[in-house]
Amino acid sequence: MTFHDAAARDFPAFSTDACIKCNVCNTVCPVSRVTDEFPGPKYVGPQAQRFRGPGEGSDAPDHSVDLCSGCGICTRACPAGVLIAETNNRARAGIVEERGSSLRNRLISDTDLLIRLGTPVAPLANIGLKNRLARWFGEKTLGVHRRGPLAPFSRRTFRAWWKREKRPTALEAGSDPSRTVVYFHGCAVNGFEPDLGRDAVEILERNGLTVIVPPQECCGLPFISNGLYPRAREKARRNLESLAQYARAGYRIVGTSTSCTHALKAEYREMLDLADDDATAVADATWDICELLVDLHDRGELDTGFAPIAESIPYHPPCQLKSHGIGLPAMDLFALVPGLRAVDSDHDCCGAAGTYGLKAERWQIAQDVGAPLFAKVRAAKAAGASRAACDSETCRWQIEQSSGVPTVHPVSILAESYRRADEAASEPRRRLV
Amino acid sequence: MPAGAEVDVVVIGGGATGAGVLRDLAMRGLSATLVERGDFASGTSGRYHGLLHSGARYVESDPISARHCIEENAVLRRIAPGTIEPTGGYFVATPDDPDDYLDRFPAACAKAGIETEPVPLDELFRAEPLLSREIRAAYRVPDAALEPWELVDGTLNSAREHGATAHRYRAVIGFERDADGSVAAVMTRDTRTGEEETIACRAVVSAAGAWAGQIAELAGARLTMSPGKGSMLIFNRRFSTAVINRLAPPGDGDILVPVHTVCILGTTDITGEDPDDAVVTEEEISALLADGERLVPGISGARVLRAYAGSRPLYDADEVSGAASHDESREISRAHHVIDHGARDGVGGLWSIVGGKLTTYRLMARDVTDAVAAALGNDAPCRTADEPLPEPAGHSPYWLGDRLAAIEAEGGGDADLVCECELVTRQRLADALDRRADSSLDDLRRTTRLGMGPCQGAFCMPRAAAMLDARRADGRLHPAAPDANVALRSFAAERLRGTRPIAWGDQLTELFLTAGIFRGTLGTDALPEHTGGDDAAS
Ligand SMILES: Cc1cc2nc3c(=O)[nH]c(=O)nc-3n(C[C@H](O)[C@H](O)[C@H](O)COP(=O)(O)OP(=O)(O)OC[C@H]3O[C@@H](n4cnc5c(N)ncnc54)[C@H](O)[C@@H]3O)c2cc1C
Repeated sequence: MTFHDAAARDFPAFSTDACIKCNVCNTVCPVSRVTDEFPGPKYVGPQAQRFRGPGEGSDAPDHSVDLCSGCGICTRACPAGVLIAETNNRARAGIVEERGSSLRNRLISDTDLLIRLGTPVAPLANIGLKNRLARWFGEKTLGVHRRGPLAPFSRRTFRAWWKREKRPTALEAGSDPSRTVVYFHGCAVNGFEPDLGRDAVEILERNGLTVIVPPQECCGLPFISNGLYPRAREKARRNLESLAQYARAGYRIVGTSTSCTHALKAEYREMLDLADDDATAVADATWDICELLVDLHDRGELDTGFAPIAESIPYHPPCQLKSHGIGLPAMDLFALVPGLRAVDSDHDCCGAAGTYGLKAERWQIAQDVGAPLFAKVRAAKAAGASRAACDSETCRWQIEQSSGVPTVHPVSILAESYRRADEAASEPRRRLV
Repeated sequence: MPAGAEVDVVVIGGGATGAGVLRDLAMRGLSATLVERGDFASGTSGRYHGLLHSGARYVESDPISARHCIEENAVLRRIAPGTIEPTGGYFVATPDDPDDYLDRFPAACAKAGIETEPVPLDELFRAEPLLSREIRAAYRVPDAALEPWELVDGTLNSAREHGATAHRYRAVIGFERDADGSVAAVMTRDTRTGEEETIACRAVVSAAGAWAGQIAELAGARLTMSPGKGSMLIFNRRFSTAVINRLAPPGDGDILVPVHTVCILGTTDITGEDPDDAVVTEEEISALLADGERLVPGISGARVLRAYAGSRPLYDADEVSGAASHDESREISRAHHVIDHGARDGVGGLWSIVGGKLTTYRLMARDVTDAVAAALGNDAPCRTADEPLPEPAGHSPYWLGDRLAAIEAEGGGDADLVCECELVTRQRLADALDRRADSSLDDLRRTTRLGMGPCQGAFCMPRAAAMLDARRADGRLHPAAPDANVALRSFAAERLRGTRPIAWGDQLTELFLTAGIFRGTLGTDALPEHTGGDDAAS
């Protein structure tokens, strides 16, 4: 471990000490590229950090840090190892602690609450989400941009389906850690995309893994992104309480959202200062689903009986995935599907950055950040692609909304390929519905 | 005023003390001029620890100093709030600090008039989370951070408002003396142009700090200084919100002072050094870090921006006490001392003011001015404690977040920063140049903090040099101001002086980047001495 790691651990915000002012972060920042309002990661991060501290008026006298979308590209690019985006996020949390937060931010961060409210009245709520007048009203009163990417509510949550199907929520006697995984579905699957959850479970089970879904809540990332750390800590603590026992017993925790899994792997410790043994055990046990499938394949345990999908699909690896530092496992998996050609978007950020792209005052920035990506996706569609692929939900919604091209999770494509193979084998497996 | 005299009093030395003397003389209606061989506050006053003492540090070792400190602490808060960050201070007892000192401390403070308050440890650690958990007791004291350049600047400006003049880059090179031995004039030389000038006067105050012995010698008087070198380390950021002192008799790395964006750990104390040769040694750095660990565990792994040293203006106590007939106390204090060289050495009209603290600069000025004014038949009272100094720009009292808030208020991201680390805008630098058109980059640094952050000038030096050059091109630069190439090179050398002793870790990486920018990209090694072709030829 280098000193920087130690410093980052002992004095989290002190990783900024390593900044040599080289400007690499400024050259890669997608936000400062499109707006002069944001002075760039170097300024709001390591530079401003030296001026924040207790004193007259406010500890954090700046607000431009709030324009940081939190994509984390700066942190990855920094040759000195400064946790730039994390420093910015902590600074934002400091501002929120001092000055409070808007109702809008508190609301859009509380996905568990939104799902609880929205699911029972899904048809009605979804009309509202599509209704121009309602959205206009939402922008004026709440500050949620009328064209911000919001996914429709599912009529039934993933968890409700799981319960109805009487599927396992805890370990059964004689469970084997190498053959059983814990699924962390996240709010997106629970409230908006339960089909993705079913695709994931289908694939995992097909590959011989038992899937259990113990109690869990939103990972807390939306609260983290909006600087609402106390709320995020509540969520994190409850998740750790539920998940740590499995992690300690050697079970893997697998997720279909690269954002949630990154929160479990990194943010709980780096931002929320939850650095206890539970947090470490959970972080070490957490896998992104594609990462896990590639691991199975590396061991020769993945069913490679994929049916051909003759299509060229644009694939956008989201920022959060890149922060995992696991390469692009979805690309490796796509390569196993005969006929499928996945084209890396080769674009840094879609702009959504969780809830950033929803906010009335940030929407245009988010659109500008993602514009080259949307153009590429549209061009791919014109060339015959039926859809795009991306591992993170808010990015998917942003791409779909802004390019008009349906955008799915990589495992949905894999699941489709498996199903086609089953159909071809004339003895179709039961599809999870 | 006798015929030929240009002023009543010449003040030698443009540190805090000299500036204070000039102000006091002027406020009493005496005509006075100050000469300083370098930039104002470039001697010990600009190379000190940054602490507005409560006096608690000296309650046992030097009760007179302690009393002076607490009294002047209150005065400065009143007359110069814009130069003070009221951080407060703690005295903390580590396991290595003696129990009996801890026991005696509150009573000793009370006796000196210094308010202390015991602080529960959980409260201490909440306020100062990086402090060692081995600390076993803590007291709150009225310490603060004191900004020396603004203080000296404000004091000189006040003196000017009262009719005095002050000249920098003007060194004293000798004296003209009357037949009776008393000084009649001060001979000076402009250190940049070499031009010499003699200033006739009725009296001279030597406020040359650690150099006061040299000045006395030039006048044929006797004053043995034993300057004490003190070295300090500047860290990249604050580790504490308040001043942290060890609850023990004064030692090496036992005070941590938050100063603007950084914190300063110090100091060592090594006697008998030439005040012009204050080099920080490896041994001192190791000692400071080892002691710092007791206050903030892990500090020796943190980023150090530079090391620097100052020279304490300590006098040889035995020599001075022999002549100190008017000294009421038998106890020899390390507090300040006024020396009347007429009475002692037969050099009439010359007084030296030595010892003291930056915190007590006004009191020192008052005491020597009392003596000089009396000799010149002036009985106006001292008013320096009553009249506030002109306000420096910015917040009052000063506040860490000031610059960040100001830039945000101006629209944030579009601020035109010359020095990114210390948030020095082009406007701020231009204003400083407008005020003093003959400034070198190092002079600009002192009043603006240019180049004082983590990159130590790597990025701002070329930008600032370009500003100098543009001003020279349109005739707005003083003829004595250095050419941009020279300014760039000498500033780089000056910054390197402080980074070389601590060239490890992050700062070494930074140095390599700096070297790459300067030698590689800019080719500074190959720069001509002069930027302007015509000038170079002439
Ligand atoms: C390491 C260290 C830490 C300290 N920390 C603190 C602290 O935290 N708090 C505190 O209150 N005090 C502190 N002090 C003490 C304080 O810094 C000094 O007492 C004070 O700065 C002295 O100011 P001065 O004006 O007397 O001397 P100086 O500031 O040294 O001024 C003397 C000036 O005379 C000039 N000069 C010399 N020769 C000539 C010449 N021939 N012609 C013209 N000019 C000449 C010099 O260039 C210099 O600028 C510290 C001192 C040291 C050394």
